[in-house]
Order: sequence, then C-alpha cells, then structure tokens
Amino acid sequence: MSALLQVEGLTRRFGGLVAVDSLSFSVDTGEVVGLLGPNGSGKTTVLNLLSGALKADSGSVALKGQAIAGKAAHQIARLGIARTFQLVRPLGSLTCRDNVLTGLAFGRGRSWGVAARGEADTLLDRVGLARARDTMPGELTYIDQKRLELARALALQPELLLLDEWLAGLNPTELEEGIALIQSLSGQGITILLVEHVMDAIRSLCGRCLVMNTGRLIASGLPQEVLADPEVIRAYLGDDGSGEGGDA
Amino acid sequence: MSGRDVLPTVIWPIVACALGVAALACVPFLFGDYGLSMAINIVSYTVLATAWSLFSGPTRYVSLATVAFFGIGAYTTAVFAESLPWVAVLAIAACLSVVVAAIVGLATLRLSGVYFVIFSLGLAELVRQLVTWWEVNKTRTLGRYVFTDITAAQIYWQLLGLAVLVFVAGFLIGRSRLGLALRAIGDDETVARHSGIDTTRAKVALFVLSTVFMTLAGAIMAPRWTYIDPAIAFNPVISFTVLIMALLGGVHRLYGPVMGVVPLALLFEFLLARFPNHFSIMVGLVFILIVYAIPRGIAGLVEQTVERTRRQPA
Repeated sequence: MSALLQVEGLTRRFGGLVAVDSLSFSVDTGEVVGLLGPNGSGKTTVLNLLSGALKADSGSVALKGQAIAGKAAHQIARLGIARTFQLVRPLGSLTCRDNVLTGLAFGRGRSWGVAARGEADTLLDRVGLARARDTMPGELTYIDQKRLELARALALQPELLLLDEWLAGLNPTELEEGIALIQSLSGQGITILLVEHVMDAIRSLCGRCLVMNTGRLIASGLPQEVLADPEVIRAYLGDDGSGEGGDA
Repeated sequence: MSGRDVLPTVIWPIVACALGVAALACVPFLFGDYGLSMAINIVSYTVLATAWSLFSGPTRYVSLATVAFFGIGAYTTAVFAESLPWVAVLAIAACLSVVVAAIVGLATLRLSGVYFVIFSLGLAELVRQLVTWWEVNKTRTLGRYVFTDITAAQIYWQLLGLAVLVFVAGFLIGRSRLGLALRAIGDDETVARHSGIDTTRAKVALFVLSTVFMTLAGAIMAPRWTYIDPAIAFNPVISFTVLIMALLGGVHRLYGPVMGVVPLALLFEFLLARFPNHFSIMVGLVFILIVYAIPRGIAGLVEQTVERTRRQPA
C-alpha cells in the first residue's frame, strides 16, 4: 500500500493559540481512518487545513506525492479531496439535483448537460435520495440533508473523503443506515478520514484511529487499543477519570 | 425526444420574442416625442436593471456602482463622438469598462455584505471626483457638449438592441456552468469553493460582463443630453433607481427586473410632474414599501399566484 495522504509537521496558530501543533500522519489508499479527540483539540482545524479552507502556518501536505498545502480550496477539491461540514450546509436555493451538479460541473469530471444530470441522479440514488431529486434542501429531514451533502462531495469523484461528524445527531436507526452507507463507499475504494464522536461508528468503521489533544497527536492505532490508552482516557476524562472532570 | 417534438418548444418562444421586439421597434413611428422619450427611459433602465441583476441577483452582492460605469460610457461618448466613428466609440466604452471592472472586481469581490455595498457607492463617487479633477485641472472645463447627429429614434433602437443582448446573455448564462456557479456562490461561498468552483474568477467574469452593458447604455444615452458634466453623468440617484427597480421586479428571474422598471419609470415620471418638490420623499417611501411588502418582487408574486392556482384544482 502507498500513502495517499502524507502530512508532515502541520501547524496552525490562531493568535496565541496553537490549534494544530506540528502534526504528522499518513493515510493509505483504501483506509478508513478516524480522527478523534476531545472538543477543541483541533480536529476540524485539521480538516480545514487539508481541504484548503485554512492555510497552514507551516508543515506540508501531500496527496499522492503532490504538495497541496497552500493551494486554494477549489484547486484541492479538483485534485481529489472532498469534504462535508460539521453543521450541514446545503445550497438552499438549488434543488437536490443542482446541489450535486455543482460538484459534477466543477470537480474532476467537469461533466455538464444531460450526462451530468444522469450522474447526479445516480449519486442521489446511491445515498438514498432517489425521490428527492427536484426537492429543495430546506424540505429535507436532517439526515437527508446530510445524505445530500455526501452526494455533493461524492460528485467531485474524490480519492479522499473528509467527513466532519457526519454521523452526529442521528437516531439509532439512521445511524445504522449511515454506517452502512459509509461502509459501502469504502467498499468502492474511496479513502475516508472521519472526525467522529460516536464510538459505535468508530468501532465498526475505522481500521485505524488518530487521537488528538490540544493540537497534538497523542495516540494512533487500532480503535480498541487507542480507546484503552491511558493518555487518551486522560485527555477525554481528566487526570484520574473522577477528579478534575467531576464538575463538568 | 425527436426533432419534431423539440421544434415547437424551441421555435415558438423565439418567434414570439422576435415579434415582441419587432413591435417594440415600431414605437418611434407610433408615438410622439414625449412617448419616445418615455420609451427610451424605460428601455435604458431595463438594460441597467437587468444587467445589474445578472451579477447581483445570483451572487447577492448589492452594487451601487451602476452609475460609475454608466457615467464612464457617457463620458466616452462626450470625448470621442465628434472625432471617431460611432462603432469605435462604443468599442472604447466597452474596453474601458472591462479594464475598470476587472481591476475593481479583483480588488473588492473578496469583500462581502455591507462592505461591498459601501465600497461600490464609494467607487462611483471616486470616479466622479477623478473625472471632475481631470476636467478642472487638465482640460479646464467642467462641462462638455455632446454634438452628434444621432436621433432619438436611433438611440431607442440601439438601446432596444442592447436590451435584447442582455436578455440573450442572461438566458445563456442561466443555462451554463457559470450560472450554476454564481447561484452556489450566492447560497454559500465556502461550500462553492469546496465544490471546486473558482469563486473569484466566476464573480469577476460576471461583474465585468454586467458592467459592459451598463457602460454601453451610458454611451448610447449620452447624445440625449447634449450637455453633460460629472454631476449629471455620475448622478448616484441612477444607481439607487436601478437597485430599487430590480428589487421590485425580482432579481431571481431574468424577466424580473423589467417588471419593476415599467411601473416605477411611469410612477417616477408622474411624481416628478406632479410633486417636483417632494419627489425624494415619495421615492423613499416607495423604497420602504417595496422592501417590506414584496421582498421577492413582482416575479415572486407572479410565481406564488401561479403555484396557488395550480394547486387548487388538485
């Protein structure tokens, strides 16, 4: 296996706060990697740096050996990194089909016209929105909006998909459907890096986990190993699991 | 679909539009001088308001710079009309607006919301002051006479042709990748960028196109005045009028702005004739009324009624 994504010494400061502190890791082709950590540990900032929403202060990011740190978001999207957002962000004035068409028209496929419309419908089918093609996103339920956002990301034909808490806020049934959907994407060869708090999802989806705390990588390995790591437990729960975290 | 099915759905609207334009082209023969001058007024504001909403409609960047470009066009005519052929004058006006709009667009379309509004208002004022400074210090005149042998009817026909071009451009953009990009930008610029859209390039491209139409409208209109100075050519009221006409009509449809232009042009004419001293107050009231009562414009009202009547029988 070759490294699809290679991150070296990635650093980003917000004023005096070092949100991401010389982070290094790699993701191999075909992997599903979970990015964990307590709130404020810098996970979303990492996704923003990888997708070009933010520029790194230092460090390098390479996708298939090509340096992408510092490139604009739309260039990175065209190179094969797609993302979803922590809070769903559908394009409200466009129908579901047109939402997906944006990714198709400007992504790597650059398809347009009748062919693109067919592809958009196929993608909507794939995420389970076959009936909502001409619906406005505002009329969809929360999980369906999340499905729509996923279809829009898939329209870019990504090699690496960044999911920012895509499974958060779903009920148990929806969660099962969601996990199955992500598994099917992984089965089709898409490499996935996901920020997630839902432990069930992490256990059933991720082959490997990275754990961050205060901007640094503190653990990396199989989900069950990482979750049992004393330093990870300390990061989540405080020093001895009952003392400092008591008033939270 | 076979060719026979497509033909009626494509041909008939084109024929209908062509007949409509041909009918409008007869206006100079049917009405007197007053009617013609009203028609010129309406068509010129149709060009301006439709061009304005080509850019501002989908992106929701409210621009008050309309008159900056309109004025550049008017001044181009004033400076070159006597020495150069008319086509060359129009070409110079178009080139000037491309250059100015590209510079302005690249520098400012990163601004959003109210900052862009204020900047665009400032831009119009800046251009006016620059022209004034140049005229006072370099050419030592503050006004210019525009002497051409272009008749009112010819001005009207040129504006009508320009209006057709604006609508064709708008129609084609609405069906293009660029149109989709701009609607995505209007909804959520961050999402648009992460969908692979080069948002800066899309915005600048359409800003430039929209200002070319405004500049040409100014160049064509200039001979109407025979005398212009910066206060006439760069009158900020024009920017506000265009804005309110487009909003009244509805900026989310190509045919929207013209539905605001016609009633307001007639209303302003009436108010100017009847209440010349209270005109500004009346216009202000109209602004407030439109923004509160019909936020989606007349086009939005029409769509609502169509939808309601469609639902009732079901």
